[in-house]
Amino acid sequence: MQDLSAITNWIHSFLSSLMPGWLTTTVECVLIGVGLLLVYSLLALFYIYYERKFCAAIQCRIGPNRVGPLGLLQSVADMFKILIKELIELKHIDRFLFALAPYLVIIASMLAFAVLPWGNGLQVIDFNIGIFFLIAVSSIGVLGILLAGWSSNNKFTLIGALRSGAQMVSYELSIGLSVLTMVCLAGTASVGGIIEAQSDMWFIFKGHIPALIAFVIYMIAGTAETNRGPFDLPEAESELTAGYHTEYSGIHFGFFYLAEYLNLFVISGVAALLFFGGWMPFHVPGWESFNHIMDYIPSVVWFLGKAFVLSAVIMWFKWTYPRLRIDMLLALEWKYLLPIGLFNLALMACIIVFNLHF
Amino acid sequence: MISTAIFGIENNALLALTALLTGAGLVALALWLAGLISPRSFNPQKGEAYECGIPTRGESMSQFKVGYYLFAILFLMFDVETVFLFPWAVTMKSLGADGLLSIAVFFGVLVLGLVYAWRKGALEWK
Repeated sequence: MQDLSAITNWIHSFLSSLMPGWLTTTVECVLIGVGLLLVYSLLALFYIYYERKFCAAIQCRIGPNRVGPLGLLQSVADMFKILIKELIELKHIDRFLFALAPYLVIIASMLAFAVLPWGNGLQVIDFNIGIFFLIAVSSIGVLGILLAGWSSNNKFTLIGALRSGAQMVSYELSIGLSVLTMVCLAGTASVGGIIEAQSDMWFIFKGHIPALIAFVIYMIAGTAETNRGPFDLPEAESELTAGYHTEYSGIHFGFFYLAEYLNLFVISGVAALLFFGGWMPFHVPGWESFNHIMDYIPSVVWFLGKAFVLSAVIMWFKWTYPRLRIDMLLALEWKYLLPIGLFNLALMACIIVFNLHF
Repeated sequence: MISTAIFGIENNALLALTALLTGAGLVALALWLAGLISPRSFNPQKGEAYECGIPTRGESMSQFKVGYYLFAILFLMFDVETVFLFPWAVTMKSLGADGLLSIAVFFGVLVLGLVYAWRKGALEWK
């Protein structure tokens, strides 16, 4: 398994041979920022294309195929188009909050993005409460959505934002509980530690039944958390035009769109981290040569592959199930997922304490 | 332990600040770019709220359904619970059965809270 921190360490020693310490740190922070920005925008472009092709395949269509080979440049063209759209000046809005909302939404997804384990030794923020930090920062996003809906001074956006707020805070509980269940199994809340604990076997196999239940709950709650179908009532087009971002135009709208796709990636990345070992290759205890072969596949490929497959599952939900009603949505969370999640946590605790797992 | 401190930077606040500034920078940069290349046209009608075509009646920043508050309060209760459970989750392997017993009491009180809310009908969307 190649350690990618060798590259960053080489850059670090190269830079520190050229300049004093504080300047090295500054340059490295700028490098991290540029890297994050590049990966963020490239992934967003890729995800828009990915979703469009995927839903086209489900609906027996071809999907984008005009711009570039296989329509690969379609989302680049879309991005450019959205940049040259006019930003409409509205009269009755709360200007400050209206401008602040996209910042909050993007910052929330960017911070969550920085915690993800991209590869062996390639993780921006890694500390002992990493996964907890991730849950904390990803809930900043709901503030942005609530502010967007409130400040637009429009009834559609207000209803959309409130629905979205109720939905996101409710489903956050289930996400928190399934993360907690896996933290119990790992015995650490640091992202690096959770991956290291899966070096012999992924948690989905190691934690048998509770891990499976936690995974199912996580995927359902994660779909709701990203406001995607069948939980897309915050932006139910037929009722609320576009929900909380009805009044946003041009690139302002683009930020919400971008953050939605990136949140999809973050949710599936965290699922990959908690249940499928993050960048850890597929290992079977005892099969030394098999494990060795698996190690040849680069860790970045493992992580991105798992995240893309899990995203495909979430997209599949969207194009398969009809939209829920708000009372059904809240009943699903509070009467089913939350009690099951609590029970599952107790089950996992008993299994670990009485040493019943692999 | 796999060491993943990127560039050997141990200061996590600095890294979080970098990510935060990157996010803010992305928004600011894109807005600046859009401001440079996007067209501007002026029409008083464009400043109106996007609703059904006729002028909006009354204030839109108004009171809303109380049901949303109820779920927000319930969320607060359970979210704080999750926060309290995290330290236990990290150390539970070393605490063993004793730790399990003491957390079960805490857990039981919370489940009682959920049962109470359920019986009171707070989970119904009316």
